[in-house]
Amino acid sequence: MILVTVGMQLGFDRLIKAMDRLAPELGQPVIAQTGKGTYTPQHMEARARIAPGEFQGLMQEATLIVSHAGIGTVLTAARVGKPVLLMPRREDLGEHRNDHQLATARSLVGRPGILIAMDESELADRVAEGLQSGPVTAQESPTARQLHAALAAFIERRPR
Amino acid sequence: MLLRPTLSAYTTHFATTEPAVAAQHGVSIAGTLPDCNQNTPVKSLQCALSALRLVMRLRPQVIISTGSAPGFFCLLAGRLTGARTLWIDSVANAEELSLSGRLSQIVAHQCWTQWEHLAGPKGPHYHGAVL
Repeated sequence: MILVTVGMQLGFDRLIKAMDRLAPELGQPVIAQTGKGTYTPQHMEARARIAPGEFQGLMQEATLIVSHAGIGTVLTAARVGKPVLLMPRREDLGEHRNDHQLATARSLVGRPGILIAMDESELADRVAEGLQSGPVTAQESPTARQLHAALAAFIERRPR
Repeated sequence: MLLRPTLSAYTTHFATTEPAVAAQHGVSIAGTLPDCNQNTPVKSLQCALSALRLVMRLRPQVIISTGSAPGFFCLLAGRLTGARTLWIDSVANAEELSLSGRLSQIVAHQCWTQWEHLAGPKGPHYHGAVL
């Protein structure tokens, strides 16, 4: 199962539409949490909101999580060890109040378990990569290693 | 939670506002603090006193907080007992440092952000991220 989520506060129809177009070719069910969007998906099970407990369960069942570039989803995906594909909201399309999701997406390029589609044209390829990637662990990234080393140095009063 | 692999090398006590979450991750808790924020002054005072009691009881050499007001109060209490204190701002704060993170720049020995673009020469400092 593939889980699509755009958060509760805003709609993100560009991502929902693009995933709806891809859904028939993916060979597995797609469940979408659509927030305040107006588009009605034809090929996915879609719900505006999903309760936190159930959502957690769906995250654990999913083979891939597809999301707006919200850091909350990134953290939850890391916790459950699932690959997460991010597509950033854009201010010029009225999808958010500023372009911080573009910045977040760019700064997360290349991190283990995180795939980035800067727009819907890149989505199909990234979904295919995500479905092949399997479970992930958050500790492997170079930035995580750097943080763990810095933390140990602080605790032991060593210079970094 | 994601820092546990490193913390497990030391004698570590965890304090939380959500014991249920800790139990879910198999972490035993040394103390539970009431949750609070800038809009809950009475709870904040209760939390600050609870944090002080907890720190006086455990007398940690090092106190690390990864965020929010209760963690900040633990760092503040730690300054009174002579602990070395470190604030690691949550990776969720990608746009700006949290309010308690900004306050910790004054109170804590060190304040780290997990986003390179938020770091500055006078702090907060960037030393990697959990992601």
